[in-house]
Amino acid sequence: MASIPANYGLLLAAALFVLGFAGVLARRNIIFMLLSIEIMVNASGLAFVVGGSRWRQPDGQLMFIFILAMAAVEVSLGLALVLQLYHHLKSLDIDKASRMKG
Amino acid sequence: MDVTFYISAAVAVVATLAVITRYNAVHALLYLIVSLLAVSLIFFILGAPFAAALEAIIYAGAIMVLFIFVIMILNLGPQAARVERIWLKPRTWLGPAALALILAGELIYILISGGEQEPKAGTAVVGANEVGIALFGPYLLGVELASLLLLAGLVGAYHLGRRSGSEGSDSPGSGRPNGEKV
Repeated sequence: MASIPANYGLLLAAALFVLGFAGVLARRNIIFMLLSIEIMVNASGLAFVVGGSRWRQPDGQLMFIFILAMAAVEVSLGLALVLQLYHHLKSLDIDKASRMKG
Repeated sequence: MDVTFYISAAVAVVATLAVITRYNAVHALLYLIVSLLAVSLIFFILGAPFAAALEAIIYAGAIMVLFIFVIMILNLGPQAARVERIWLKPRTWLGPAALALILAGELIYILISGGEQEPKAGTAVVGANEVGIALFGPYLLGVELASLLLLAGLVGAYHLGRRSGSEGSDSPGSGRPNGEKV
């Protein structure tokens, strides 16, 4: 078995989260924004698993399972909304959907 | 054995960096799958084989297939990649990236200078057996709530998909009740 300082695992999770965050801020295509949100969700799951591994408890993996269920729901609803938005606006530009009505 | 962690961590970071800089959606998706598989390997190295299997099956399998279906439905071609190239000018992402980099620097500083003695992760395997016992023992309420959440997602996705399907026929019963009169 490997023994890695838990700091490094959390560091990796933080790096992935920041990358996903930068993606959400920089991209304007809504599909890429959803992908970046997935990266962020996955990074938080990684932080939970690192914590669970640090204390040798199954709780971290349990939280990861819950996060996985949440991510599945979020992706299915988000992609359904993307399809709806594309039918309305004929575009994936998030700026075109900045007004609530119209 | 430790070196596998650092290699897969580097692969995950590089692949994620590629995800947020690609113009083509399918290329970004492929890099994201590589990133998720690297994270799955990290889970395995950290002694969480069940989470590793779930990451590979559900994340890199099921959720990414959903993304591929939507990209195929939207039929994004080379023209969409050109639009992305126009959108992704440096002045668009330079500011957010610099700010996010500052946050990353702070997090790195905090995590590096946090403890005097470094706690170790990955020294023991927490297998599927223990996870299952805990999942259906003290966390049973969480499982019920997750099932409720999944049901809500199912109903919501069905509702959204149905409305987009019946948009063309425009039957009076479905759709918004009082949106057209205003």
